[in-house]
Amino acid sequence: MSDVILEMRNITKTFPGVKALDNVSFAVKQGEIHALVGENGAGKSTLMNVLSGVYPYGSYTGEIYFQGQECRFQNIHQSEEVGLVIIHQELALVPFLSIAENLFLGNERAKNGVIDWNEAIFKTKELLDRVGLHESPNTLITNMGVGKQQLVEIAKALAKEVKLLILDEPTASLNESDSEKLLQLLLQFKEHGISSILISHKLSEVNKVADSITIIRDGATIETLDRRKDKITEDRIIRGMVGRDLKHRFPPRDSKIGETIFEVRDWNVYHPIHEDRKVSNNVNIKVRKGEVVGLAGLMGAGRTELAMSIFGHAYGTRISGTAYRNGKEVDISTIDKAISNGIAYATEDRKAYGLVLIQEIKSNITLANLEAISDGGVINEPKELTVTREYRDKLNIKCSSIRQLALNLSGGNQQKVVLSKWLFANPEILILDEPTRGIDVGAKYEIYTIINRLASEGKGIILISSELPEILGVCDRIYVMRDGKIVGEMPASEASQEIIMTQIMTEQMTEQEVTQ
Amino acid sequence: MKIPATFNDATSSNGVLRTLSGLFRSNIREYGMLIALIAVMVFFQFQTGGILFRPVNITNLVLQNSYVITMALGMLLIIVSGWIDLSVGSVVAVVGALASVLMVKLHVPWGLTVVVSLLVGAVIGAFQGYWVAYLKIPAFIVTLAGMLIFRGLTFVLLQGESIGPFPVGFQKISSGFIPDIFNFPGFHLTTIVIGVIFSVLLIVLDMRGRKNQQKYGFEVTPFYFFVAKNIIITAAVMGLCYLMASYKGLPNVLILLFVLIAGYAFLTSQSVIGRRIYAMGGNEKAARLSGVNTPRLLFYTFVNMGVLAALAGLIVAARLNSATPNAGDGMELDVIAACFIGGASASGGIGTVIGAVVGAFMIGVLNNGMSIVGLGIDWQKVVKGIVLLIAVLFDVYNKNKST
Repeated sequence: MSDVILEMRNITKTFPGVKALDNVSFAVKQGEIHALVGENGAGKSTLMNVLSGVYPYGSYTGEIYFQGQECRFQNIHQSEEVGLVIIHQELALVPFLSIAENLFLGNERAKNGVIDWNEAIFKTKELLDRVGLHESPNTLITNMGVGKQQLVEIAKALAKEVKLLILDEPTASLNESDSEKLLQLLLQFKEHGISSILISHKLSEVNKVADSITIIRDGATIETLDRRKDKITEDRIIRGMVGRDLKHRFPPRDSKIGETIFEVRDWNVYHPIHEDRKVSNNVNIKVRKGEVVGLAGLMGAGRTELAMSIFGHAYGTRISGTAYRNGKEVDISTIDKAISNGIAYATEDRKAYGLVLIQEIKSNITLANLEAISDGGVINEPKELTVTREYRDKLNIKCSSIRQLALNLSGGNQQKVVLSKWLFANPEILILDEPTRGIDVGAKYEIYTIINRLASEGKGIILISSELPEILGVCDRIYVMRDGKIVGEMPASEASQEIIMTQIMTEQMTEQEVTQ
Repeated sequence: MKIPATFNDATSSNGVLRTLSGLFRSNIREYGMLIALIAVMVFFQFQTGGILFRPVNITNLVLQNSYVITMALGMLLIIVSGWIDLSVGSVVAVVGALASVLMVKLHVPWGLTVVVSLLVGAVIGAFQGYWVAYLKIPAFIVTLAGMLIFRGLTFVLLQGESIGPFPVGFQKISSGFIPDIFNFPGFHLTTIVIGVIFSVLLIVLDMRGRKNQQKYGFEVTPFYFFVAKNIIITAAVMGLCYLMASYKGLPNVLILLFVLIAGYAFLTSQSVIGRRIYAMGGNEKAARLSGVNTPRLLFYTFVNMGVLAALAGLIVAARLNSATPNAGDGMELDVIAACFIGGASASGGIGTVIGAVVGAFMIGVLNNGMSIVGLGIDWQKVVKGIVLLIAVLFDVYNKNKST
């Protein structure tokens, strides 16, 4: 068995009250890309934390063999020493340090405590070349996009002479082209004999690069699919993940579309810091009653910026343009006014902008509409509990109590709390920014069902999503956005992934040609 | 004021103990602090040979701590918002100085002086709040500057001297006691009557809250626990009133404090404004995107702090019967420590009024007890510092254990 680089045998890990991992066995072959998939809370992260020593030896049962040697890691440092490097979803770079400083953080090129900057810079260049990142080693992390930061993380792993690279949701916040680049890099590493474990919710990319796929469900390994033997399709993987056939990824809907209920015209927004940069450029969009409108585009196309500027000027400066609700011009210049004009915005970053994590579920749900559960400025607590329980049941929020802290919920359930908050504010127009990012297949389906229900209740919905199948599966009409401009509009019935991608890419190419 | 977490298994045979330990564990912060306070009080009661619980000393304890508690109420809101106010000690001084100049030099009636002083406190709070909330300068820097500015202005106003004495009416704010309408010799019966009324009121409110919860089908704490809790609270209230009654009765300040504490406890736990402050401190961006006007809210939180600091300044001046340039020096540290000892989180979003009051009493009892025992001011500071560290360590330890 010399071709097996990593073997985890009979791993069991219990937390007070829960068995997070139950007798899990897992093996990675030398030089392969091994995908680890499963719903949120299935135990993927726990397994990787056991592997990398976040949970020290002794806090779990079972054995880990790396390159034939039994390993008993007490901390991350020890696992990194043997060449096991994990890159977490939340990047661990120091924003105000340069690439070079970050690369060798804790691993400094130093003699007697004095850093040899020449060597560090030289090595950094070499590593950046290997990951295909053409940036000066002195660039500060804060000045780079997420995609490039991800590459720096990988370069950092290379600096530690990685043998097995573990990536936890590496493409969750990357756009299509950056994701593609990253996947190519993994394939390239494979050529050089570096194995990787890829944890991902994006089944298309799993299917594209993985040699084997291990599916985890409810803390147990369900099966390992080998691409060299089995025929793998996305549906096949989903079946393993949810334990049943998910006939449709999107619930069926029949749309009853009415009059235009909301419209913005000639909407211009400038960047809050770089004040001469236009982030929304003469945007005209409208939403009709009962309609789900998609906003497609690459990351950085200005979709979030547009949405937030509409939502009470929460983003940008020098905002101009007019907004109409039911044909009448309305003032949406503060968030308060936007909410009272029936607009709600569920943010893409639910942890940083959507939830007060240290507060109870119920306080989060009622935050945007405290008037409705209070009399004369005094909160009516029984009423609040009744209302929030109603939403818990309606949206199927899985929690021990509505007094549970938002912090302790899974991503999907957190998203449902954010949605509950906005539903309770009773908006007419709901802007959902990446509502299914980072949540599992089952919870996604539930979110789609909620969207359908809202539309059938006569609300207008604007859906921002980077996943084109989602846009196509849920929306009635689609806008394509690029560089702050609406570059295309089409009914969903006439749209396809190819058409949308072409609309984005064609323009990009013509522009590139012009600049060349 | 926080509703304790509840458990279902109260009816099972060995459920009683489990429920109690469960209740204790889930409210360990509140009970732990209270138990620590009682332990410290009992300790000093023995160490001081029974002086601590003497009526005159208990009265003194309340008077000495009234301004720390007053300011802790405002400071708690600031800390829950995620900020800090270092200027309160200097505000105490400058307001006291202003009041003294108004009353002694300009012969302004003391009632008007009180109103003007509180308004000036509001303006000071508004000034600092504007810098923090709208100009986005960190409160640490703004109020550090304020600390210097207002201390300096105190010296300017007083020209380096103490000014006093004050009209008797003004002095009564802090040194007066409520009148005894029964005139029972040697014993202040009115105090006992007020105590009884207050106790009954507390029990009625608690019962109503419990009924309301049951009405909506929520689990409530077991009945025996509810009874025991009310007996203990009533005993504490009546015990305090008895001690006070056998001296000079309830001090005016204590009545003022009760009203303030009840008001702020209500504000933080039951009102929309309170909820918004906690949301702002827990996640400012999320609160803002939920329609909370966070700059305005933060601004008024500082205005509130300014008014309470001014009130404390008046109490201090009335108690000392003079305004001195060094009044309130270092007081901000006691106030901030009270909030942190009481369980407030330095990163905002967490903290209770009752906690801050208990924290303030902890500091007060330590000050008082150590002074009676004859421990020097030097070692008093060391002890207070250690208590602060232990209290925060306790918090961090609990937090880590629960996650």
